[in-house]
Amino acid sequence: MPEQLLKLENIYKNFGNVKVLKDVNITINKGEVVALIGDNGAGKSTLIKVITGVHSPNSGKIFFKENEVQIKSVSQSRKMGIEAVYQERALCDQQELYRNIFAGREITNSFGFLKIKEQRKEAERILRDYIGFTSKAITVDSQVMGLSGGEKQGVAFGRSLYFNSDLIVLDEPTMGLSIQETEKVLNFVKGLKNENKSAIFIDHNIIHVYGAADRFIILDRGEVVGEFLKDQISREELVQKMIQLHESGKIKLEG
Amino acid sequence: MLTSILNSYFVKTHRLEISITIIAIVLFLIYFFGATHVFTRFPIYRAFMQSMPFFGIIAISATFVVTLGEIDLSFPSIVGITSLTFGMLLTGTDGNFFIAFALATLLGMFAGLVNGLLVTKIGIPSIVATIGTLFFWRGLVNVISQGSGIAIVDEADGTWHHTIFVDKLFNTIPAQFIWFVVLTGLMQWVYRYHKFGNHIHFVGDNKASAQMMGINVDRVKIIAFVQLGFFSALAGIFTMYEMLYFWPTQGSGLMLTTLAAVFVGGTSVFGGRGTVYGTFIGVLIIGSLESGIVALGLSGFYVQFINGLMITIAVTIYALIQKRKT
Repeated sequence: MPEQLLKLENIYKNFGNVKVLKDVNITINKGEVVALIGDNGAGKSTLIKVITGVHSPNSGKIFFKENEVQIKSVSQSRKMGIEAVYQERALCDQQELYRNIFAGREITNSFGFLKIKEQRKEAERILRDYIGFTSKAITVDSQVMGLSGGEKQGVAFGRSLYFNSDLIVLDEPTMGLSIQETEKVLNFVKGLKNENKSAIFIDHNIIHVYGAADRFIILDRGEVVGEFLKDQISREELVQKMIQLHESGKIKLEG
Repeated sequence: MLTSILNSYFVKTHRLEISITIIAIVLFLIYFFGATHVFTRFPIYRAFMQSMPFFGIIAISATFVVTLGEIDLSFPSIVGITSLTFGMLLTGTDGNFFIAFALATLLGMFAGLVNGLLVTKIGIPSIVATIGTLFFWRGLVNVISQGSGIAIVDEADGTWHHTIFVDKLFNTIPAQFIWFVVLTGLMQWVYRYHKFGNHIHFVGDNKASAQMMGINVDRVKIIAFVQLGFFSALAGIFTMYEMLYFWPTQGSGLMLTTLAAVFVGGTSVFGGRGTVYGTFIGVLIIGSLESGIVALGLSGFYVQFINGLMITIAVTIYALIQKRKT
C-alpha cells in the first residue's frame, strides 16, 4: 500500500448558487505526481485553492498525513508542507530574489526585523544548490523582472524544496514558456519524485502532463469523472477520453 | 572612474535616492546663489525646520500606503478631528496631556481602521473610500466645533509636553524637526528591514502573488491605514503645540503638499516600490519652494507654477529610470 499524503473526502464548494466542486474525493500518495485535467471551469483552480488554503470548502474533510485538518490560510498550508508554484503569481517582479524566496517566511529577530545577511546567504545557497543557477547575471539581489519564465519557476521550485514541502501544487507551470524553458520545468517536476515529494500538476497540455505525471484525475463541472494510472492508459487514449468528454458532454467516463 | 561608480552596486540599487538628492542639491544651490543674503543666514532654515514636520510626518507615513498601491485622501480631516479631540480633552481635563494624547491618537487609529476596513473588507477602492471619510470627519469637526476654535494657551504653554514637542533645542533647532528626523530614520528602517515593510512592498507589487506567498494582504493594508491615522493625529498635535490653537479647518491645506512630497520622493503610485528617505527629501523640496521662490525675488504667483514644474520633472526622471530597467 502506498503511503497517503493528502486525502480529500466529499468536498463541496459553492460560490453563491454556483456549485463549483461537487463531492470531490481524491487521494495523493507520497512521491507521486498527480495531474488534474479538465476544461476551463471544471473546478481545477478552485480545488487547488481549497488545498492551499485560499478557499475553505463548504463541506467535506481534508486529511494530511492521515490527520484531519482544516486549512484556513495560505500560510497555514505552507507551514504544513503544502506549497504552490504558479506561473503568473509565483514571485513579485519588483522585489529582489532573496526577498522573494523568504516572503511570508522571513528570517527575523524577535522584534520582526529581517536578518538580511542570513536571508541573502541562504538565498545564495538555494540558487546554487537547489536550482543550479551558475550564471553571474542572476544574483540574490537581482530583481525578479529580469528573469525568464523558466528561471522564475526554478526559483519557486527551489523555494519549495528548501522549505521541505511535502506536496507541491503546480498551477499551469508551463503556460507561456518556450520549449526549452518548458523542458526545464518538466525536469524540475521529475526531480521532485527523486526527492520523494508529491505534486499536483495542472496543465492544459496533455503531452506535458502525460510525461510528468504518474496518475491522471479528470474533472468536469466540479466532479471527478475519471481516474487513470499511467500504465492503464496511453497518451493517445487520454487525449481520446478528453475529446469524448468534450463532445458528448457526458459527466461520467468509462474508465 | 565615473563609469565604475555609475555601475557600482550601490548606485544601481539606489538610483531613486540618488536622483532625488541631486534634484534637492540643485534646488538649494539655486536658492543659495540666487538669494545669498537669505540663504547664508540661519532664520530661513529655522523657518523650514519649524514648518516642514507638520506635513512631513504624514508624508513619511503615507509612503507606506502609497507603496501598497493605495491612496488615503482623508488624512487632512483625520488631522482635523483628532486635533479637535486633543484640544477639547486638554482644556476639559485642565491640561492632562496623557488622556488627551492617548484618546486623540486612538481616534486617529480608529479613523485609519475605518479606511482600512472599507478598502479590504467591503472592497471600496481606497481613492473613493477615503474621499467619503475625508468629508465625513471634516463634517463632524464642523458639527462639533460649530465653527469655533479652541485655545490651548493656558493648558499647554510652558508645560513639559510643550517643551518636548515644539521647543527649540539650544534655542535654535525646533524640537519638531528632531522628531521628524528621528521618525524618518525609524520608519525607513521599518520600511526596508521589518517584516511589515517587506510585506507592504510585496502586497503593493502584486497582491495575488503576495497572497499566494502566505502574506495576509488585508491585515497589511489595514495596519498601513491605521498607522497613517496615528501619524495624522500626531501631526495635528504638533501643529497645535506650535500654534497653541485649534481651528476648524486645521489640516485641510495638507493634502496636495503631502502627497506631492511622497511622489517627488520617488514612491511609485503603482505600488511595490518607494523610499522613505526619498519622501524626506521630497518634504525638503516641497516645503522650501514657497519661501525659496519669494526669497529669489519672484512674486508669490510663481509658487504653484514652479511647484508643478518640480513635481513633473521629478516624476519624469523616475519614469525614465523605470523604463530603462524593464
